[in-house]
Amino acid sequence: MQEVKKIPWLITVVIFGSLLVFTAFSSRKNALHSEKMIFQKQVALQKFGFYLEPVNQQAGIDFHHLAPELDPQLKHIEPQIASMGASVSVVDFDQDGWDDLYFTNSRQGSQNALYRNLHNGKFENIAAQVGLANVNDTATGVSMGAVWGDYDNDGYPDVLIYKWGKPELFHNDHGKRFINVTDSSGLPQWVNANCAIWFDFNNDGLLDLFIGGYYSEKLNLFHTSTTKVMPESFRYANNGGRKYLLENMGNGKFKDVTEQYGLNSTRWVLGAGAADLNGDGYPDLFIADDYNVNELYINDHGRRFIEVGRQAGIGNIPKSGMCVSFGDILNQGKIGIYNTTITENGILLQDNNYWQPEEITSSGGYPHYVNLAKLAGIDNAGWSYGAQFGDLNNDGYQDLYVANGFISAKKGTSYWYDYAKITSGNKAIIEDARNWPDMKGKSQSGYEHDKVWLNKGDGTFEDISDKIMPDITYDGRAVAMADLWNRGVLDVIVANQHNIPLILKNDLQSHHHWIEFDLRGTISNADAAGAEVLVEWDGKKQVQVVTDGIGFSSQNSHRLHFGLGNSTEVDRVIIKWPSGKITNIVHPQIDRLHVIREPN
Amino acid sequence: MLFESQTKAVEGNIIIAKMPFLRAVAALLKRHFQYVPPAFITLLLLIGQLSFGILDSYVNLIVAVCTAMCSEWILSRLVLGVRKNLASAYISGISVGILIRSTMVWPYVITSLLSIMSKYVFRYRGRHIWNPSNFGVSWMLFMAPMDVAGLSIQWGSNFLAMAVIWALGLVIVNRAKRLHVTIAYVVSFVILAYVRSFIAGDSFWAEVAPLTGPMYQLFIFFMITDPATTVSSRKGRIWVAVLIALVEFFLRLNSFIYAPFYALFLVGPVARFIDLKIHQPKPAVQVA
Repeated sequence: MQEVKKIPWLITVVIFGSLLVFTAFSSRKNALHSEKMIFQKQVALQKFGFYLEPVNQQAGIDFHHLAPELDPQLKHIEPQIASMGASVSVVDFDQDGWDDLYFTNSRQGSQNALYRNLHNGKFENIAAQVGLANVNDTATGVSMGAVWGDYDNDGYPDVLIYKWGKPELFHNDHGKRFINVTDSSGLPQWVNANCAIWFDFNNDGLLDLFIGGYYSEKLNLFHTSTTKVMPESFRYANNGGRKYLLENMGNGKFKDVTEQYGLNSTRWVLGAGAADLNGDGYPDLFIADDYNVNELYINDHGRRFIEVGRQAGIGNIPKSGMCVSFGDILNQGKIGIYNTTITENGILLQDNNYWQPEEITSSGGYPHYVNLAKLAGIDNAGWSYGAQFGDLNNDGYQDLYVANGFISAKKGTSYWYDYAKITSGNKAIIEDARNWPDMKGKSQSGYEHDKVWLNKGDGTFEDISDKIMPDITYDGRAVAMADLWNRGVLDVIVANQHNIPLILKNDLQSHHHWIEFDLRGTISNADAAGAEVLVEWDGKKQVQVVTDGIGFSSQNSHRLHFGLGNSTEVDRVIIKWPSGKITNIVHPQIDRLHVIREPN
Repeated sequence: MLFESQTKAVEGNIIIAKMPFLRAVAALLKRHFQYVPPAFITLLLLIGQLSFGILDSYVNLIVAVCTAMCSEWILSRLVLGVRKNLASAYISGISVGILIRSTMVWPYVITSLLSIMSKYVFRYRGRHIWNPSNFGVSWMLFMAPMDVAGLSIQWGSNFLAMAVIWALGLVIVNRAKRLHVTIAYVVSFVILAYVRSFIAGDSFWAEVAPLTGPMYQLFIFFMITDPATTVSSRKGRIWVAVLIALVEFFLRLNSFIYAPFYALFLVGPVARFIDLKIHQPKPAVQVA
């Protein structure tokens, strides 16, 4: 029997006790200050110079999202499966110079809404008039999102509605009506998709399509013959939907070139973003996968895609990848990638990623990324979905808005125990929905407040979520930013699952300057999707990319908005068009929108 | 964890083959049995890492193992005045590295420290009463949920890897004369899962699912079978295993995700304390 030496033992006890106290306190220090400091608007304006005010009613936006109704065999976990579908895309569909809004609905028989901007602060839902309302039914499936892109270069953006069902393509007839051209387009018959983007992967001047499958395309969740619909693993699932890379043939038809281009994985895609990440002039593809690692596809000069996620540093730790958005938070002129995930204290600590590129050193020509999210303080947003960067206070630094909250059902309940129980099991148990515990109206990571992070300009962010907007805890999904009222100010639009959206009008009272660009391709695709705009001013430089679909089930305004702080002059603007052409603009006028046409 | 504090080689009852090679291997295992569990947990880690990439970061694992071994080396000299074999600390460190999840490094340091220090702080009749890593992991999961989560999500769907882990695990616990503990616990868990499925209204497979995951593989092969923190009689050990499953049953009914750890945390030391009070401990079985 060993006797302890008294003094060393006592010292050990003291250190041990201190560690116990430290660890217990560490997780409770936030709780000690956890009372929400809800600011009154005037206080927020004084402190931050802006406030995000919900204006649904004043704007005349009365849309309400409804979740899909699934096969009775899946009813017991319907809120778990039917947890997506609320999307928003910003588009100037009639090219009147004012951004309009399109919301998707997801219940069979429900209607999507196209809100035309009336230029007076109000919007009018004209979806039924133009033929974009009645697209949700059991036969063709229900909407999960929409992306707008001028696939025929006629100057008017067309729309692809992706569904848990048949993707549908509508041609924009000069902003007056929309014609369903799906049958002649060559689109797949059925995809359970939660993501699609337009991009011109071969730089031929025609927008191509990427559609990411979530549930397997073999499943019809409304009339399913099997209950084996769930992921086979919660870290390494490969039983999701297939991807679709659809090449625009220029005659209204799209050709499936997925296999030829090497996009063969069947992970559970929730987000995708296209930008030229390695500077070779061709758009690369970052894909956010749920239940697995993310994927980074480098575009080999329009000939094929090569997946380099692991080598680039972004594909090593499996997390629940929920969205992709691009930002330049350090004003270095480099495209960073924000990727939301899930964090639930004590159960699942994933933390969101902000992938900052280092110099390209690999022989294959792709950047290596480092994750700056924790250092920047933008890592924990709960159960996150969509996110967008935008300079909300025009101070010259991009801020960040993240929508969050999974299922807000009965208060004081949690499905997390049941979820952890089933997901800790083997494939044979997990993938069969019959084995999943009945949700019985329980919440799961519900009642979360969206995150608003203010960029402090030193590489870190301040969480001002509770201070900059009212205390609203809807289940946020898609986020988009746009200058809805042409004021030189970015507003925020959030689509919430099974709820009303949030039209957050930015009441910006600081006198910072700004500049906006609206690019029109001539040799490149008409949307100029993939074009980069680099603005240099006051020793800073910031890059932004034109995208036709970014975030989670969302699309930002086609215009690029740059805040300039107190600077009254922009030194230079460099525009890299997808065609390879470069436009240089010296000392452009500030505080205005510049519509730039690609030089022939 | 299993053999986290055992230094004495356990007498074996394995079937020694007549083949000279196997006999030699068996003799070697018998002579150096204290290194078998560390080797097994390393193998388990390798299988998990190569099959599924279970580790989010090698750094976290290395930090956990180094912290455990260093603290064991220092504390055994300072507190007990002996030089202690570091095999058990190695197991503790690996267990911490696998069982907790954090996006920061410091929780791995602290959890390893708490695990090893608990052996020197909580002692009765010269023995420690908590399974070291069970103490550290349970404390952190319960008290530091903002900083730490547990390994509750499945590694993957590879049946072969799971079968290898189960087969090797059963061989090892059998060699350590603790197979009855594992069997008693697993049987109790399955029966109680069946009862729970009636009470909760969930499917039997939902209730039994955790048993097929990695957290339980570590728990049943390493944690509840640790000779240093189990009671002295075979019958007693079986009852303790059943009791752990029973406490876990009630914790699960109250939605504790990390119920097995907490059940062992509650039952293990009490059983060990009573056992030590009743039975005079054999000298030299346990150093720390």
